[in-house]
Amino acid sequence: MNRMRNPPAFGRRRVFSSCPYLAVKITPAIPAVAGILFFFVMGTLLRTSFSDPGVLPRATPDEAADLERQIDIANGTSSGGYRPPPRTKEVIINGQTVKLKYCFTCKIFRPPRASHCSLCDNCVERFDHHCPWVGNCVGKRNYRFFYMFILSLSFLTVFIFAFVLTHVILRSQQTGFLNALKDSPASVLEAVVCFFSVWSIVGLSGFHTYLISSNQTTNEDIKGSWSNKRGKENYNPYSYGNIFTNCCVALCGPISPSLIDRRGYIQPDTPQPAAPSNSITMYGATQSQSDMCDQDQCIQSTKFVLQAAATPLLQSEPSLTSDELHLPGKPGLGTPCASLTLGPPTPPASMPNLAEAALADMMPRKDEHMGHQFLTPDEAPSPPRLLAAGSPLAHSRTMHVLGLASQDSLHEDSVRGLVKLSSV
Amino acid sequence: MSPQVHNLQELRRSASLATKVFIQRDYSDGTICQFQTKFPPELDSRIERQLFEETVKTLNGFYAEAEKIGGSSYLEGCLACATAYFIFLCMETHYEKVLKKISRYIQEQNEKIFAPRGLLLTDPVERGMRVIEISIYEDRCSSGSSSGGGGGAGAR
Repeated sequence: MNRMRNPPAFGRRRVFSSCPYLAVKITPAIPAVAGILFFFVMGTLLRTSFSDPGVLPRATPDEAADLERQIDIANGTSSGGYRPPPRTKEVIINGQTVKLKYCFTCKIFRPPRASHCSLCDNCVERFDHHCPWVGNCVGKRNYRFFYMFILSLSFLTVFIFAFVLTHVILRSQQTGFLNALKDSPASVLEAVVCFFSVWSIVGLSGFHTYLISSNQTTNEDIKGSWSNKRGKENYNPYSYGNIFTNCCVALCGPISPSLIDRRGYIQPDTPQPAAPSNSITMYGATQSQSDMCDQDQCIQSTKFVLQAAATPLLQSEPSLTSDELHLPGKPGLGTPCASLTLGPPTPPASMPNLAEAALADMMPRKDEHMGHQFLTPDEAPSPPRLLAAGSPLAHSRTMHVLGLASQDSLHEDSVRGLVKLSSV
Repeated sequence: MSPQVHNLQELRRSASLATKVFIQRDYSDGTICQFQTKFPPELDSRIERQLFEETVKTLNGFYAEAEKIGGSSYLEGCLACATAYFIFLCMETHYEKVLKKISRYIQEQNEKIFAPRGLLLTDPVERGMRVIEISIYEDRCSSGSSSGGGGGAGAR
């Protein structure tokens, strides 16, 4: 009665003996349910991994220029040497003051609850966390799939754990404990894996159940944004008041469609020179450049860069280069540059932006610094953003250029153009 | 201002883009999609405040409808979950339906109200729901010297 039916091979019988054993001994529903749960887990996992978490597309050059202008107006035109305060906006939501931060990579003010993921290099709405197991950010659009994944996975692990134990116990009633273990060595491994998984996955599910019922994100919980410890009047302005509504909204609420085009080809952006702070007419005039063909744009923008390199810009080189050197490691910088063929633009994901937070701190200082150096009217009409790539170019530090270029698609044309020029 | 109704293609051919105004999001109600109804000074001479505010308020109303949580949205969510989201191969979500309504509304507004005043609204969905972009066109001078990026505005 202990023998398996039609054991196909010696090895297979030894290893996968739980399912047939239990199917015969107890009920075939057990492997059936396990199979269903398994497919559900895989389905939700794939859905979480491959759906857009709610990525906010980057601002168009016009928008970015407009925002910069407004920020400059708000801060007042500053003379060189004075660094304006970091760019934040405050807004009152449901009686709580919330700070909106400016994202230097995406060039937008982030909506509340959004955050920039350094691994994906995107701002994500209602950012929960970046899950390495799933290989994707968990945000507004895929949070429910993630939750269903961990919930079903916890059921699956508990289920498997329970029945592996059952299998070993039933066997050991007949042949003794050690023999039972010898007969099905996989059971030991399964039991160990499931034991640790149960603790971690079930714990995670419990944690996310709490987050859903209080309508918080992992990010907010970790920072303690809405905890009572910060003050008696601190409460979560996004919560709907009761647990049921919070759960329903998180799990069954409307899903907004994706804002990004994941299948489109990347078009080279026309580099728009940023408008000087004061005049709109200047901005209008530079629009005509957008009609030039790509080749001309490359050459035009690299001309700006080279002109800028010839101006007193060069005096500030040492500080700039030291800034460049301090830019967070980008450990991948060496290899991608070495192997980079300068045809297609490098997608940002291939350059691990591991220290994005540090970068975000560095960038404002660098941008402001450069902004004040170069936005005086008498300087060569060099767009400050192109200069971010431009000044290292002046030292023919193409490695840094390529590193910076890949962060901002605006730079790509100028980089390509410059390399074409330099190769002549 | 010419009293005739320009159609949009004519507008693009005969006018050149002067500048763009961006209406930012209004987060005072939380994370739902709402746009600020504050009247931008650049539009002062181009359009009546009333018309502009009405347009933005209608758009806000549409977005509120799209994101409304209630019985029908829960039902849709549960049905989708029960069918493992395969149902969205056959039908579109409520949100997508409302977005289509919005783009029809914007098209209509452009034709009736904005184009005759030399303005063009861009659907926020093309700008990642961050801004309502209003392009301001100026009539080309008769010498036709400017190279006119009329078509460039919406496409960016």
